[in-house]
Amino acid sequence: MSQILHIDWTKCDGRGLCTELLPTVLGRDDWGYPLAKYARGGDRTNVEIGPRDAQAARDAVSLCPKLALSLAPQ
Amino acid sequence: MTPQRAASVFAVQVWDGAASNQLFAAGTNATFDVHEQTFGPLSLETIGADFISVLEQSGLTGRGGAAFASWRKLAATDKGRGGALLGAKPVVIANGAEGEPLSFKDKTLLTHAPHLVIDGLLIAGRAVSASLLYIYTTPAAMASVQAAVAGRRDARKIKVTEAPETFISGEASAVVNSIVNGIALPLDKRRRLSESGVKGRPTLVLNVETLAHVALIARHGVGWFRSVGSERDPGTRLISVSGHCAAQVLEVEGDASLASILGRAGVDRSDVGAILVGGYHGQWVRPLDCTLSPSGAGGQVIRPGAGVLHVLSTGDCGLEATARILSYLAGESAKQCGPCMFGLPAMARVLNEIAYGAPDPSLVGELQRLGNLVGGRGACHHPDGALRLVASALETFSDDVQAHLSGSCTRTLRRIA
Repeated sequence: MSQILHIDWTKCDGRGLCTELLPTVLGRDDWGYPLAKYARGGDRTNVEIGPRDAQAARDAVSLCPKLALSLAPQ
Repeated sequence: MTPQRAASVFAVQVWDGAASNQLFAAGTNATFDVHEQTFGPLSLETIGADFISVLEQSGLTGRGGAAFASWRKLAATDKGRGGALLGAKPVVIANGAEGEPLSFKDKTLLTHAPHLVIDGLLIAGRAVSASLLYIYTTPAAMASVQAAVAGRRDARKIKVTEAPETFISGEASAVVNSIVNGIALPLDKRRRLSESGVKGRPTLVLNVETLAHVALIARHGVGWFRSVGSERDPGTRLISVSGHCAAQVLEVEGDASLASILGRAGVDRSDVGAILVGGYHGQWVRPLDCTLSPSGAGGQVIRPGAGVLHVLSTGDCGLEATARILSYLAGESAKQCGPCMFGLPAMARVLNEIAYGAPDPSLVGELQRLGNLVGGRGACHHPDGALRLVASALETFSDDVQAHLSGSCTRTLRRIA
């Protein structure tokens, strides 16, 4: 089952940990902030996470130094 | 008696006493007595949750910019209350923040017809069983709102708070944040405000003009409201007209043609270079054969946003105007979200180079690349609104873009660079 990774932009500081844990899902923009590689309907704040990336996404949520990420069921 | 609904236009910032006017029918600086004489008394006790279906039939949409169906917001708030424990009664906020520099219809309404807004707030409050009511007002209208609230027994529980004059202070979550924390900046939206807003309660934020229409719908009914405007855009809306013409507020029917509104505003069409519709988050329009409606096929219909028309004269350069606006919008970023904080200034630099700088054909591609980095990546829609403005400028002023990139300008007849 796929999940949604929500980025709280008001907390995100562009540290980049999530982009290293989820290299196929997130790139980085000019300023280092996570940039969803595939955006459903242009939404790059709520990013779809497939089953294969579920563990990495959970790690990103718990390791984000700014607590800017959360995961919710689709 | 239900008054006749007029299909033409009305109020001007300087009140001209036109009898056909609706929202400003009680005249300038209307007192509660004049208000009641003009519109008739309001029987609040008859209002309950079933008023939400009245609003649904009316087809009223929000007049603050997003044009969301008003009844859906009430229904969502009512539903948000359903699952909550005892005590979690909803909060309703009349949003009178008007940070958009080209908009002044809300302060005009709050100054001259505050009782219509108060009526609407009391009605919405009853419809969703709210226990807390707020009017969030721009400083310009604070005195008239405070006086109006103080003069009514039924308005005693309404709290009046001041909206700072920043561009984003009226964004719904910024309104809630300002009331709760005194910080008028948008919040991250994991949960909808209709589920959890002020003090964790279901919270309904409605534009003040929307509430004024609610007050008239409750009095005169759905048929009356829908008797002007069109099927897809019933009722009237206030428009702030400015730029190369006299600044004024007009009340126009839904789906009104742009040309007819400009005619009523006394704008000479031969002087019009382009029109900015919807304000700094809106779009440039040229030519003028379209109507203003929140729904309908693109090309024939332009979304009115918060009801702003700004006239650019034939002698003004649209690219320079857009570059100035984008610089302003970049400065008005809340600086909470990286893509907006860094992306908008970067875009503004490139657009200013196109407008004023050396001809460099790669600039347009760079502007589009930066736009792709900014869209959909923030707590609010400030970056998306800025993108909409820039995209419309590149399209509407495409001949100017080509001219600037080859070192001239079609408007100002002077060589740049």
